[in-house]
Amino acid sequence: MNYIPHTPEDIRQMLSVIGVQSIDELFKDIPLSLRAKSFNLPEAESEFEVTRLLTKLAAKNATGLVNFVGAGFYDHFIPAAVDALVNRSEFYTAYTPYQPECSQGWLQAIYEYQSIICELTGLDVSNASLYDGGTALFEAMMMALRHTGRKKIILDSGVSLIYRTMLYTYTSNLAIEFVEIPVVHGQSCREELFKYLDDKTAAVIFQNPNFFGAVDDYTDMVERVHKFGALAIASVYPVSLGMLKSPGEMGFDIATGEGQSLGIPLSFGGPYLGFMAVKKELIRQMPGRIVGATVDSDGKRGFVLTLQTREQHIRRDKATSNICSNEALCALRAAVFVSLLGKPGLSELSEHNYQKAEFAKEELARISGVQIKRSAPTFNEFTVLLPQPADLVVQRMIEKGFACGFPLGRFYKNMDNYLLIAVTEKRTKEEIRSLAHSLEAVL
Amino acid sequence: MNIPKSLLYTKDHEWARIEGKIAYVGITDYAQHALGDITFVQLPKIGEELKQASFCATVESVKAASDVYAPLSGKVLSVNAQLLTNPELINQSAYEKGYLLSMEFSLDAEKTKLMDAVSYQVYVEGLAK
Repeated sequence: MNYIPHTPEDIRQMLSVIGVQSIDELFKDIPLSLRAKSFNLPEAESEFEVTRLLTKLAAKNATGLVNFVGAGFYDHFIPAAVDALVNRSEFYTAYTPYQPECSQGWLQAIYEYQSIICELTGLDVSNASLYDGGTALFEAMMMALRHTGRKKIILDSGVSLIYRTMLYTYTSNLAIEFVEIPVVHGQSCREELFKYLDDKTAAVIFQNPNFFGAVDDYTDMVERVHKFGALAIASVYPVSLGMLKSPGEMGFDIATGEGQSLGIPLSFGGPYLGFMAVKKELIRQMPGRIVGATVDSDGKRGFVLTLQTREQHIRRDKATSNICSNEALCALRAAVFVSLLGKPGLSELSEHNYQKAEFAKEELARISGVQIKRSAPTFNEFTVLLPQPADLVVQRMIEKGFACGFPLGRFYKNMDNYLLIAVTEKRTKEEIRSLAHSLEAVL
Repeated sequence: MNIPKSLLYTKDHEWARIEGKIAYVGITDYAQHALGDITFVQLPKIGEELKQASFCATVESVKAASDVYAPLSGKVLSVNAQLLTNPELINQSAYEKGYLLSMEFSLDAEKTKLMDAVSYQVYVEGLAK
């Protein structure tokens, strides 16, 4: 089967119009030494052969484990209606439509998504989505640097190491001063923050719940941050917002987060969903697309891409960001997922997560040598101190059929015996009891 | 096209009205017309030091967000806060109510780099061709 849409005749005609003999001639400006000699590809195979190969590779995935791993990405149930609606051919594209106003249905869907993100975060304006939680946090930080004209960022070390690494990587060639403040007893350390907070600070970045699962009320810290004219940024876990105080209620200027937990399946590397919501006065610093509602010349409701003058295709090198698309399909999944649940459904989902995690704490606390860290309240994830290195325990638990958690020693120094355990609504009491029994057996 | 005789102009279509050591700054009638309906203006902070030809404000219309460059070097004395709620003043009155800021300019000699009304008229007519 030929995947190239042009016939030899098409190609001959195009080449003759531009006055070139062959396709190879188009590459003559590239020195031979720089051209690939071979792509080292295997022989072409038939569809059946490729399917067989990929099925074999896929079977290597350990998909049957009972999952207690979170660390930023969570195993939530996805109702079949999400796939049924999102896979409709009218929607099934990964991109924002490039002639957006022709696609009123898509724009309406994104508008609904934005409204949901605003409600969840308690903030005024959401964009049409970003690539993932990390890129969203990076964009939030860049907004703060532009808005304040300052160069210093204070990072709570309870922010996922993945995100912190992304911030450092993205900005490695910019003169930005980063200060990391430690987590003490699971929570942000006020004294340390106040020590470094000054009128050179552009933003302070927190995560709630933080990487250790601890929930905090940041209102007092946000107030202090504002006194110095800096912005407060929160990276949040959307499912937790069904019961926790929202970033808006705490006074945060910008909220971002990973939207995977809203109807997007776990996969290695995504596609995931970055969301971002801001206070209204920051709208012109916000990157990415924004869908707005308006009325047409007949007075009928319609949707448009708005504030595009900040974007790359108009402002070129002066654009607020080089983000010129969004994660439309994943954003749609989130919108469908939250719409199916509704407000009471989302609260209930949050409640289930919280209760099951509390139940798991009780069960695990009975094992001798296992210590549950209780210095801070948690949502659906918590830290456990084991009598042995967590990495070893995780290996032994895989043999028992459990992905029992994330070894914190991988991200934090001197935490080799600490395990981070997440419990979603999908985990049954039976599975939780069984986790406790197996853990007791392998210790 | 309205090009008042008493003002000085830049190639980027800013104007400056000199009153002693103070310059009032805005964008020209030609610029506001080219941009179309102005929807948002971002102004510098009072006290900010500006350099001639460097960025000092952003004027956003339905078509584009454009940077405004300082016609002279100096310190920002005041900004036209009315523009924050009524940016359309620039369309209605580019040289009076729609001014952007006033500044205390520091180098008299920099004025020679600006055009007078006649030169600016010729310059703009050249652009039209």
